[in-house]
Amino acid sequence: MKAEYVTYRNESPYPFCPGCSHTLILDRLNAALGKLQLDPHKVVIVTDIGCSGLSDQYFKTNAFHGLHGRAITYASGMKLANPELKVIVIMGDGGCGIGGHHLLSAARRNIGISVLVLNNFNYGMTGGQHSVTTPHGGITSTTRLGNLERPLDIARTVAANGASYVVRTTAFDKELPNLIAEAILHEGFSLLDIWELCAAYYVPNNTLNRRTLEDLITRLEMRTGVIQKEERDEYARAYRKQTALQIGKPTLRSKSLEPHFKTGLDHPIRIVIAGAAGQKVVSTAALLGTGAVLSGLYATRRDDYPVTVMTGHSVSEVILSPEEIFYTGIEQPDLFLGLAPEGMKFSRRQFAALTERSTLYIRRDLLPIETRARTIPLDMGRVSKKEAAIVAVAAMLHHADLYPMPALQEAIRLKQRPEIAGETVRAIENSSKVIAFG
Amino acid sequence: MRSEFVEFVDGSQAIARGALAAGCNFFAGYPITPASPILHHMIRELPKVGGVAIQGEDEISSIGMCIGAAMTGAKSMTATSGPGMSLYSENIGLAIMGEVPLVIVDVMRLGPATGGATTVGQGDVQFVRWGTSGGYPIIALCPTNPRECYDLTIQSFKLAERFRCPVFLLTDREVVATMSTIKIAEYQETAQSHDQAPIVEKSGDDAFVPYGINSPAEIPHLSPIGGPHLTRFTGSTHDELGFLTKDPDKVARLNQHLAAKIEARRDEIESVFSDLQQGATTLVVSYGITARSAIEAVHIARQQGKKVSYLVVYSLWPVPENAITRALNGIERVVVPELNLGQYCLELKRLANSASSSPRPDVIGVHRVDGELISPQQILEAIR
Repeated sequence: MKAEYVTYRNESPYPFCPGCSHTLILDRLNAALGKLQLDPHKVVIVTDIGCSGLSDQYFKTNAFHGLHGRAITYASGMKLANPELKVIVIMGDGGCGIGGHHLLSAARRNIGISVLVLNNFNYGMTGGQHSVTTPHGGITSTTRLGNLERPLDIARTVAANGASYVVRTTAFDKELPNLIAEAILHEGFSLLDIWELCAAYYVPNNTLNRRTLEDLITRLEMRTGVIQKEERDEYARAYRKQTALQIGKPTLRSKSLEPHFKTGLDHPIRIVIAGAAGQKVVSTAALLGTGAVLSGLYATRRDDYPVTVMTGHSVSEVILSPEEIFYTGIEQPDLFLGLAPEGMKFSRRQFAALTERSTLYIRRDLLPIETRARTIPLDMGRVSKKEAAIVAVAAMLHHADLYPMPALQEAIRLKQRPEIAGETVRAIENSSKVIAFG
Repeated sequence: MRSEFVEFVDGSQAIARGALAAGCNFFAGYPITPASPILHHMIRELPKVGGVAIQGEDEISSIGMCIGAAMTGAKSMTATSGPGMSLYSENIGLAIMGEVPLVIVDVMRLGPATGGATTVGQGDVQFVRWGTSGGYPIIALCPTNPRECYDLTIQSFKLAERFRCPVFLLTDREVVATMSTIKIAEYQETAQSHDQAPIVEKSGDDAFVPYGINSPAEIPHLSPIGGPHLTRFTGSTHDELGFLTKDPDKVARLNQHLAAKIEARRDEIESVFSDLQQGATTLVVSYGITARSAIEAVHIARQQGKKVSYLVVYSLWPVPENAITRALNGIERVVVPELNLGQYCLELKRLANSASSSPRPDVIGVHRVDGELISPQQILEAIR
């Protein structure tokens, strides 16, 4: 291999405290990069916040310094958008706490980024507060009498959640350059939990040194070395593999309609369809509007239904007009379709606003009901629940002569799959019979 | 309207189509009513153009992934509603500080916290303007119907790339979910007219200066991470090379630059529709879904023989001060209907107070926060 890149470090001296292990780890990262001879243009070092967050400034690679705890999210976005990049995240134990969910998600996705956790058991930049990895009993500025929390086992946590290359070691491990290099070469999500010394706070407060650091690992029964190594599909590549056959398929386009039916409607008609979940009120309202558009009218459709979509009211408001419609609300409906008590209750204000000039189409079993509107009972008979709205709408269309029935039929054929459209068109053939003549 | 090609469409679809037309190739979002339809469209559509769309583990990761992707040169968009905007807040600051081209769709709902998830509201107007620490300007566009959703989504991408800053498409539950009839020929923006390419692809040495500018208002070139140059991105106060600095001259230069690049080019952003009537003393200023009620109210008022002017604001932020100030000429009464307790009317009051006309116009807010739309009748009562 041609040693083109002698060093990936720039000329700036490290800013870290004397005795801080960050210096050691960054030198090991430089050695790993030198070993791999990666094109620095294809390498990005993503840093979190804290002392470790300064790290990117000492390398001649691309650099991304983001928010506290979120380094993995930026790294993931970069890898997803450009899988050729070698994305190296440097973060502390603090970042693993505040951004814990990102750590888990990146592991579960097995996204191809390499995370170096510079784990020194406290927040070094902000005054030595305890972190998620502070050992039980550890003395910090916010656990002055000893930490009562149990430390997070970062390595085994990500391993349990699908990270495909996981190592726990210390900053003093002579194998560190090789381990880092292996992590960078690894296709999937890799994480090195590197235990180290914070000379400013954790070391003086807890009499920790290089030897007792290793004792601490043993005492906490957290084994060192390669915790997990397996081959599993890397997310960014898996996404491309899974979606490869989608490329070039037609994208969302205007469903262009050419009005070719005629209607004599010369003023706006405001319609409320007050039904219940399962009656297909919302999709029926879209069909009613589409039929109107095919007849040269303007239409709008507003909906309301509870967040639990399979129960409760389902109400649509449709306005049909020969002129452009601006305001889409309806205070006073011209036509009101009462299809279910849930919808009637929800739309009670609009129902109360009905006048002698309004028409109420209502399922006969919802009668009697007090209203000033002209009331047309609907004898729905054996009409199934899912066809209730479309049959009632067709009956209304027929009765109120809003626009030609073939326009609604064409709307159905345009918007529904062929096998369903056939059924729907058949269902509305006899819709006029639901209104008793007399 | 006969024999013209039309469609019957909602705003969520128009936004997705606008994003595709603008060349969007990265989307990350977290499920939230009423913005989820946009997530669904993008998840389905982006693979067809070789792009990536992903559901993040939360809102923070969603906008974070968009920012990372944008800095590799992807055209990124995310969509959420009020509670998600709250979680975006810190990363909005990062996008401002790091100068990230990013489109953020906010589908407003009603009220604070969970509020009314399926209820219309316009309460995020000042929130998008001041939605992160530091108080720096952003750009926000606000459509009133599906056609404008399409056009302004494309415009949002153009402005995000031109200005290297987050651009908000401020919509609401009604604009996004209500279907309307749109004449196909009325779509104004096309993919072909999207010709701004800020990304530097020039070959050459590695001496690229990621935040290099010669004057405060200049917008630095973006060279994508993984591209021809080594580049640096940071959310900390930085020098031209992207290194942390506390040098007061450099600190001032950076912070002034972030505002100046937008302030100096307000004309490029300013976008309104104005219909001013000779001799009118009342002006209705509105935006978003409420503009549709306002237009109808003005039509009715004019039928009643009243002289009324109206202005629909598309570029909510920065405030289109030139257009509004022009419209205020000769006006005694400004009516500002909003689905909140009076947010944009603060801007109108500010401009009215500095108006040259005497007496200065009164600014009357028309507010509604009960989950219903402001009706034309409500606005008519304020027009008098």
